[in-house]
Amino acid sequence: MRRRRITMTVLYHLFVVAFGLLMIYPVLWMIMSSFKMKSEILGNNVPFFPTTWVFENYPNGWKGAGVYTFATYFKNSFIVAGLGTLGTVISSAMVSYALARVPFRGRKFWFTCMIMTMLLPGQVLMIPQYIIWNRMGLVSTFIPPILPKFLGWPFFIYMMMQFIRGLPKELDEAAMIDGCSKYSIFSRIVLPLLGPSIITTIVISFYWIWDDYMGPLLYLNKPELYTVSLGIKNFADVQGTNFGPMFAMSTLSLIPVFLLFLFFNRYLMEGVTAGSVKG
Amino acid sequence: MQKAARKPMTLRAFINHDNTVGYLFALPFLIGFLWLTIYPMGLSLYYSFCNYKIASTPEWIGLNNYITLFQDEKFGRSLLVTIQYVAIGVPLKLIFALLVAMLLTRPTRLQGFYRAIYYIPSLIGGSVAVALVWKQLFGSRGPIVTLIKGMGATGFNFFGNSTWAFLPLVLCNAWQFGSSMLIFASGLKQIPKDYYEASEIDGAGAVKRFFSITLPCLSPIILFNLIMQLISGFMTFTQAQIITQGGPNYATNYIALNIFTEGFAYSHMGYACAQSWVMLLIMAAITGIIFKTSSSWTFYEN
Repeated sequence: MRRRRITMTVLYHLFVVAFGLLMIYPVLWMIMSSFKMKSEILGNNVPFFPTTWVFENYPNGWKGAGVYTFATYFKNSFIVAGLGTLGTVISSAMVSYALARVPFRGRKFWFTCMIMTMLLPGQVLMIPQYIIWNRMGLVSTFIPPILPKFLGWPFFIYMMMQFIRGLPKELDEAAMIDGCSKYSIFSRIVLPLLGPSIITTIVISFYWIWDDYMGPLLYLNKPELYTVSLGIKNFADVQGTNFGPMFAMSTLSLIPVFLLFLFFNRYLMEGVTAGSVKG
Repeated sequence: MQKAARKPMTLRAFINHDNTVGYLFALPFLIGFLWLTIYPMGLSLYYSFCNYKIASTPEWIGLNNYITLFQDEKFGRSLLVTIQYVAIGVPLKLIFALLVAMLLTRPTRLQGFYRAIYYIPSLIGGSVAVALVWKQLFGSRGPIVTLIKGMGATGFNFFGNSTWAFLPLVLCNAWQFGSSMLIFASGLKQIPKDYYEASEIDGAGAVKRFFSITLPCLSPIILFNLIMQLISGFMTFTQAQIITQGGPNYATNYIALNIFTEGFAYSHMGYACAQSWVMLLIMAAITGIIFKTSSSWTFYEN
């Protein structure tokens, strides 16, 4: 009986690991390809591991396919994703506090509007929004991809609201009795307790903005403004079959997201689920 | 004395009034909602009745865009392939997410590590990098086609074939099952253990337990995941734009891509707006039907 249980446990772990490897196979394939010479990447009988490790793919890819190098693209991506994430956290925390804890007139109405916006696919608005930015003369600047993030992101507002609703109301009441205003309840009580939810927001919004392709494609349409996403796409278009360097830059482009995930993985696992299930 | 004290009091009272605090904190959303959601929707509705190119004056043409739309084969095909993509891709993703979530409920010390590994595809799946990888991975000389050819189907090719070109895209979407999986996993954790124990005593097998306990208890979460995935599925863009460019023969020309091309490549902005509206109405109808019927298949404990 005991032996059977041990066998089952071993089998379970073997299966989960094997299946997990299958799931990350595309990533491993990309990383391996980034160290291969061209002839070993595609075709029949190519090895999984490089026979000779070609490290030059990285410096070769870094040069980019035009005037600008990936240094520019990474800088742009960090500007857009960094400021965008900052804006998302600040604005979403504020709005979620108002909608979850302040009984102001019209709160129900604005909450409904927020949910509707969350369910509205952004792509439906791509054309009119482009027209608006174009009229303001702001296409080809960083403003269209960044500024809206400072105006609240419904998905994260909803997630933070669920979190705030889970905080005991007695905390607010005790603070009120001690003479705290609604402002200091936000800054001294809600904001510090919101920590895990804020970390989840940082990780998810960062990788959503970092991975975004459509926004930069519409608004950052000059090579000096390209984010990494556009940089790799451009590289692939111009040097179509130069796969080694292309996969080298693809690998590099995923590293910031990976690092962030590695550091905050634990909070992320809790945060993603908190929002939806309690509701 | 009372009068003297009242003035500073009213200012403070105003600042601390719930309405002031509420609107002040909600202000970012209100601006964003009015300026970047409601106003663009109004514009889009207006332009959908116009002949409009960027930087020109819109010319009112009434229902012409909508009439053209219903005769436009490219748009019809785009709708059809989008629905095919969603109808196959979304259930596949949810089933997959649920199975993996169940696989990872077993309490082991490695549970957190396993979940992190299985979350990786979701973390990076939407990126251009992965789209480019996918294009080669499923390309005519990539490892997967090589494997299929090795099994005897010589001459097989995903992206040159309008029947099969959608499959790599559906798989790429299903592969990003991570967040649905996490949501399912926490739902599974909340199902009371005694439900299972009771049914085990009654002699129910694993399959019966799954259908009579697990699924009903998870139904609200299934509804949530279904709606969220439907919406994102309907609007898939990056993968189709990079991996297949909508081809071959428009087999993967999904609606978001079609709107993009119509609006920005052909500069038919008014027509593209009309397409957006038709798409939005179809999605709203589908979501509405799901919500309406959900009361008959979702089960709430309280």
